[in-house]
Amino acid sequence: MSDQSDKNGMTIHLKIWRQARGASQGNFVEYTVNNVLAEMSFLEMLDILNEDLVKKGDEAIEFDNDCREGICGTCGLVISGVAHGTHAGTTTCEVRMRNYSDGDTITVEPFRAKPFTIIKDLVVDRSSFDRIQAKGGFVSMNVGSAPDGNAVPVPKEAADNAMDAASCIGCGACVAACPNASASLFVSAKISQFSWLPQGDPERTRRALLMVEQMDAEGFGNCSNHGECEAVCPKEISIQNIARMRREFIKAAFKG
Amino acid sequence: MDSFGSTLWSSVGKKVITGITGLALFAFVGVHLVGNFTLFLGPGAFNGYAHFLESALHGWLIYAFEAGIIVLFFFHIISTFTVAWTDKRKARAIGYKYGKNAGGKSRKTFSSISMIYTGILLVIFVIYHVKIFKLVDHELIGPDNVKNLYKVVVTGFKNPLLAGGTTVLMILLGFHLRHGIWSAFQSIGWANDRYLPILTKIALIVSILLAIGFVALPIYLYFVGDPNAVAGPGGH
Repeated sequence: MSDQSDKNGMTIHLKIWRQARGASQGNFVEYTVNNVLAEMSFLEMLDILNEDLVKKGDEAIEFDNDCREGICGTCGLVISGVAHGTHAGTTTCEVRMRNYSDGDTITVEPFRAKPFTIIKDLVVDRSSFDRIQAKGGFVSMNVGSAPDGNAVPVPKEAADNAMDAASCIGCGACVAACPNASASLFVSAKISQFSWLPQGDPERTRRALLMVEQMDAEGFGNCSNHGECEAVCPKEISIQNIARMRREFIKAAFKG
Repeated sequence: MDSFGSTLWSSVGKKVITGITGLALFAFVGVHLVGNFTLFLGPGAFNGYAHFLESALHGWLIYAFEAGIIVLFFFHIISTFTVAWTDKRKARAIGYKYGKNAGGKSRKTFSSISMIYTGILLVIFVIYHVKIFKLVDHELIGPDNVKNLYKVVVTGFKNPLLAGGTTVLMILLGFHLRHGIWSAFQSIGWANDRYLPILTKIALIVSILLAIGFVALPIYLYFVGDPNAVAGPGGH
């Protein structure tokens, strides 16, 4: 590349939320990262910043990440005001620096919700999702040998809808983006994926009631149908699942 | 598992309550508007319509209706207030400093974020318009001693403050319904990817039409209405 700026890379200014472990308050700290290449991912840029910080004897910035290919649901930052960044349908690790220009200032905040306690800097505790899952996000069955593929007929549309819901990776961006900090999209995806399938039928009543009960107990807010969750969801899960969760819940409430 | 009562008052239960009461109040608003259109026809039609409402089923219809409306308002207000105010504030004690709207597929609009504020203003308006139109002494006219509600309403809207204020509030009602109508169907679980785009379009069109209808009345009465108009032959 002949462009001078490409050779040296970009200079990116960052405002990052720092919060000490166990502290109830934190603050934004400004950093500048030089020689940022367009090919880098956002997290690689943070890696470089952390290397610089460690060399200088400062504490590295903590942020969650694991697979770095958008399938595990571990990463999650509010980048420039939007969960997982302003590009739709991506996780934080899929955000690329080519989306930014030399001299840009990017703000980085943790996912904010009462049940998502900040552990340190940008790392939040999402174990509330695990507790909700444990209340019914599964099917109980005896697993013997593999069943005949045609033994349990599932219509194509039902299979597609179930798969769309099941693509939820539990990252918590829906909660982070919701103006009310509601976990409705996550919980509805977990309830909805089984509601389409015959295997989910035996436990559907208990699943709907107990998972919603646990969601409320964790202290998440309630849904106002703004749809911000769907807009930030890296798996683009539709709010039709929330409507379906409500239908499941109404049916379950009358069955008791 | 919880009792039926706490199930009803769970997060999802509250949404269902909000949706059902919202749809019922929306239906009432539609009927109310159609009834109000008799104001365009003059005192005979309007007073006759009001007299019919007050005397139907020996007067019990209006009482039953009013009781129903109060119950609907009560549940609509407390369920939405907890959702959009108390639950919301509890669930995110520390907000974003640099938060932005996600855009894209989001359905967050001025309508959706202002629901609680337009709602509060509408409740105040509802109480006020009942107070100045219904809870006052009405002149009795004609052989059947029919209340001259027409005179009270038209005299009221000759006041530019009331006519202007009502116009603004009815526009806000349009905004409330623009999110409220489709959102109610989503809240009671009657929505999916096929219906949602249709529902949002219907909500937009219906709320604009209702707002135009409700705005037309105070403007017409302010400029054209005559509080002392008398009904033609056969009217009251």
